[in-house]
Amino acid sequence: MTRRVYLDHNASTPVHPEVVTEMTPYFADVYGNPSSVHGFGRDAREGVDVARERIATFLRVPPDQIVFTSGGTESDNFGVKGLALARGRGHVITSRIEHHAVLRTVQALEAQGFTATYLPVDAYGAVDPDDVRKAIRPDTVAISVMHANSEVGTLQPITEIGRIAREHGVPVHVDAVQTFGKVPIDVDAMGIDLLSFSAHKIYGPKGVAGLYIRKGTKMVAIQHGGEHERRRRAGTENVPGIVGFGKAVEVRGREMHDEARRVSALRDRLWEGIAARVPDVRLNGHPTNRLPGTASLCYRHVESESIVLGLDLKGIAVSAGSACTSGNVEPSYVLVAMGLPLDWAMGAVRSSLGRSTTAEDVDYVVDSVAPLVQKLRQALPVGAA
Amino acid sequence: MTPHRPIYLDYASTTPVHPLVRRAMEPYLQLEFGNPSSLSPPGRRAAAAVERARAQAAGALGCHDDEVVFTSGGSESDNLALKGAALARRGKRHLVTTTIEHSAILGAARDLQEHFGVDVTYVPVGEQGIVDPAAVGAALRPDTFLVSVMLANNEIGTLQPIADIARLVRDRGALMHTDAVQAAGFLDLDVDRLGVDLLSLSAHKFYAPKGVGILYVRRGTALAPLIHGGDQERQRRAGTENVAGIVACGAALELVEAHRPETCARLAVLRDRLVEGIEATVPGALLNGDRERRLPTNANFCFRDVQGETILLELEREDVYASSGSACHAGSQDPSHVLLAIGRSPEIAHTAVRLSLGAPTTRAEVDHVLELLPSVVDRLRRDHRSLSFTSS
Repeated sequence: MTRRVYLDHNASTPVHPEVVTEMTPYFADVYGNPSSVHGFGRDAREGVDVARERIATFLRVPPDQIVFTSGGTESDNFGVKGLALARGRGHVITSRIEHHAVLRTVQALEAQGFTATYLPVDAYGAVDPDDVRKAIRPDTVAISVMHANSEVGTLQPITEIGRIAREHGVPVHVDAVQTFGKVPIDVDAMGIDLLSFSAHKIYGPKGVAGLYIRKGTKMVAIQHGGEHERRRRAGTENVPGIVGFGKAVEVRGREMHDEARRVSALRDRLWEGIAARVPDVRLNGHPTNRLPGTASLCYRHVESESIVLGLDLKGIAVSAGSACTSGNVEPSYVLVAMGLPLDWAMGAVRSSLGRSTTAEDVDYVVDSVAPLVQKLRQALPVGAA
Repeated sequence: MTPHRPIYLDYASTTPVHPLVRRAMEPYLQLEFGNPSSLSPPGRRAAAAVERARAQAAGALGCHDDEVVFTSGGSESDNLALKGAALARRGKRHLVTTTIEHSAILGAARDLQEHFGVDVTYVPVGEQGIVDPAAVGAALRPDTFLVSVMLANNEIGTLQPIADIARLVRDRGALMHTDAVQAAGFLDLDVDRLGVDLLSLSAHKFYAPKGVGILYVRRGTALAPLIHGGDQERQRRAGTENVAGIVACGAALELVEAHRPETCARLAVLRDRLVEGIEATVPGALLNGDRERRLPTNANFCFRDVQGETILLELEREDVYASSGSACHAGSQDPSHVLLAIGRSPEIAHTAVRLSLGAPTTRAEVDHVLELLPSVVDRLRRDHRSLSFTSS
């Protein structure tokens, strides 16, 4: 039987067994609508409240500053539009390497009459806080910079950006979908007013996420109706999903530090293993200031899709770019923004490691990649002619 | 025969996940966890599961697969229908809806009114709680871009003549939306027979989990997305798909649709037994909403003199669970906007109790409630009278 190695944890993760166990009663036993005042409703409400408290404890914020949403994308839309629309018009600052959930939201705001600055990044994929300072205008209504990019994993200087934003009285939204539960986040020390975080990236279910909203932040809702979530997000709560999210965060709280160390070592083993055996390969993003499990590699003169398909035949799941943009044959906009030449950028492959990843998995991947790349380069030297 | 307790008669608020639905979704939590946007084999298998669910939903709606958009729930579907149509409107600025819609429609309409320069006409209903198609027709303007009328009311269960309304609306070049959240499993959802361009559903009302909904969007309908990001759902709704929830939603819709005729027939008999039993044993009980043109699951009464919430507390002591109206409105001190719209006074509206039946409801449960309710109301009325004597 072919070995199966899943190295696409930045795209999604399996639900943790403890999380499944926690969610299970909420499908058919504790199935009340949390808005109902009777016992069925109250029991469901309690499940939601416990989850909110677990997440609040993990983030060290008051529970009433956490709003549950349907996913990281909704959280990003809510965060950015909520800030902008509360102010009616103005200027939004973001970066060129944000997730599409932020980029396309900002573009939608531009279509509604807002203006926007898309900050460049350096060769490591990091935003320069000085660029933020220079971009701020009197009418700037929001700054949205992600904590770490899903493709290359470079951590952004959020603390510096937060300090500059605060000096100018501009609220900061941070898309922490890739970092929440993987690296420490202190919203106070980092000067974060809004934080998006998602369950299915940290072994919770798909279809549930959160937005931290600092008390006093001027926001409007984007989904209207009943008085759920203190009138900040209408709609019957996804009770099993929220309960699972709470449990997933609790488990991460237990595992995060050890896992970060373990997964970082495996990622280094992967990179060093490949670098030792494959010529013309580079690691994208910052070598140390990065997400623990993310290794974005570029193989010069090879098409990333060919590597992804070749590894697929070996039972290895990796990604050619961020999952939401897969299917594009264009080079990753993130790598382009980092200034990577096309002959490198076309050969980008992201491996994202997680809980299930072992040293044997990593060695198997290294052993599979090396001959594959060699074969592909001999067969079809892209751009080498 | 004494029925099992608790007796849950609040299926209009939410339903338990059906065992078959649970089984269908089960593999998509731990085993098949791929991201459908990912081209890896786990991702492709997840994407295939989503597409199977889409085909199941399309089967129930009588539409093309590509007209089914999965959302996070009924409220999102309603918001997307109204705001999406409003943001894509070309110069038109008038929206028509009714006074008895769900709060998700009324909330979205108010937001459009306050922030997007949309004029909203709220068509009133008669005292039976039915929208008159002629009244909708009279409200239409040349710049009407959308009409939204619910298929069945969530509080009083009244069925609206959507096909008649849709004919008028579409003749006048406006889009027709219906909030069918309460109708799934009980009414024909065929979008061509209804004549609608947009239709909202919520999975947790039909034995699938909370956190999933559907918006049917007829091909060619101009609709702007509300959630921007990746290219999921044909760019109508960004965000990683809730795969397990979507699989459950498709399976559940297929399931309730397959059993619809016998479920409706059985529940209509139980509903009539409940309605007639209450009328026969509780003096002065007022049925809210039309007697015939209502969901086979809905019995909603005003009991006069006694607060609905008080009756519910007494019922809960007996392990019977019902509601005073919309769960999304529960806890609010305001009287139900639906009951006010059908002409109940605020005082009378506060005495409402909604009993909503579901597929698991048995005759023994209905009979037990019929035994219980008259004495509960009678006792509370006597308390009420003695209280008013002492205070005067």
